[in-house]
Amino acid sequence: MNLDKIREILTTHGRLTTPVDSLQDDSDLYQAGLTSLATVGLMLALEDEFDVEFPDSVLSRKTFGSIEAIADTIEDLLE
Amino acid sequence: MDSSSQTQTNFESLIKQVHAIGEEIIAPQAKDVDEKARFPKEGMEAIKSLKLMSAYVPASHGGMGLDIKQVSKICQVLGLYCGSTAMIYAMHKIQVACIVHHCMTSQFFQSYVKELVAEQRLIASATTEIGVGGDLLSSFCAVEANDGEFQLTKKAPVISYAEDADDLMLTARKDPEAAKSDQVGVLINKSQYSVEPISDWDTLGFRGTCSSGFVVTATASVEQISPTPFSQVLSQTMHPYSHIVWASLWSGIASSAVSKARQFVKNAVRKNPNIPPISSIRLGEVDTVLSTMRNNIKANIDEYMQLLEDGDEDAFTNFGFTIRTNNLKINSSQMLVDIVGKAMLICGISSYRNNSELSLCRHLRDAYGAALMVNNDRIMMHNSSLVLMHKD
Repeated sequence: MNLDKIREILTTHGRLTTPVDSLQDDSDLYQAGLTSLATVGLMLALEDEFDVEFPDSVLSRKTFGSIEAIADTIEDLLE
Repeated sequence: MDSSSQTQTNFESLIKQVHAIGEEIIAPQAKDVDEKARFPKEGMEAIKSLKLMSAYVPASHGGMGLDIKQVSKICQVLGLYCGSTAMIYAMHKIQVACIVHHCMTSQFFQSYVKELVAEQRLIASATTEIGVGGDLLSSFCAVEANDGEFQLTKKAPVISYAEDADDLMLTARKDPEAAKSDQVGVLINKSQYSVEPISDWDTLGFRGTCSSGFVVTATASVEQISPTPFSQVLSQTMHPYSHIVWASLWSGIASSAVSKARQFVKNAVRKNPNIPPISSIRLGEVDTVLSTMRNNIKANIDEYMQLLEDGDEDAFTNFGFTIRTNNLKINSSQMLVDIVGKAMLICGISSYRNNSELSLCRHLRDAYGAALMVNNDRIMMHNSSLVLMHKD
């Protein structure tokens, strides 16, 4: 459920050089072209969609490293 | 005496020796190095004679086992005498740190470190590439491996001291099919590569670093490929370590400028002891900036050393840490220009002369380079994204 939404947001806000459809859940998003500027848009969209706020403790490269990693963080924040 | 105070005493005596080579060898050559934009050979030989090339190599591998705080102090002291010499030393140390932190699981790198210690080898690096727009996390060139050997050609817009180094650390995509950001580092020996100059190095400052552009062509063994992905090397070591050692050597250049200003004010007080010279208030003012610059460096070193001690790999990519590391670079490079400028106001026209004892011309020319090597605006652009997310 979350994974599909995350893929949708990633398609709109990720500005990836590799199409999101061709990525696995554990594919490296930085290798797929994710930049720090795009991460901002991605994070804001995720916060809006899931009504969460990313605390500083999770703000690291790893958090946005893959679809799976994003989903794990969102899940933790929703708990 | 317990072992930690013994180590401290040894380090203090080492720093005295660094001052000694600074005064006797590095400072006297600085003008010639600057005028001719030549490699500071004598200074680097003196640094090697103190075994400083392997200062950051752990004692268990034959090095001095100094920590980054101590390496930073050496950079600062060298910066007092010659910005280019200090910069070359700092850039070499960054490569040593990358090897020591990330490559010691490899047999090849273990024996390389032995050679580094024994022969006091100098490592240059080629991280940027023509066309990537200064993004260290992107490469066009790729390692093309075949039968245990690989070939590599890289067009590098700058490689500092390329022609005087013993080894070269290059970044490249890990294979011809890999994504731009899927990079590795490779360490190649001088006998394994050739360089063809594509630009010269006739610059305003840091002239002795000889940072021309080159096309590098290399053939080497696959065991010379770093065992750790470059993105990890960059976030855990190259990025924080670079900004610390650079800021440290810049603080050395800044201290040297403030010393000249102090000398000028002292002379004025001696001449006219009853009326304090107007420049004395400026001396107090410039010292506050220098003090802030030093404190910033110290705070960043403390945080980085704590992360190294904690060993949490993810913490190095925390946006807050990245922002603070970038801020150190931006602040220090701006303060350097500010400090040298204020020192010039104190010393007056004698600091503006190339041939006076109080000349600050080289200091000022070097100072303006600090904001441009990894351009501050690019760093600020990156930070401007991160600060939008980071809430601290």
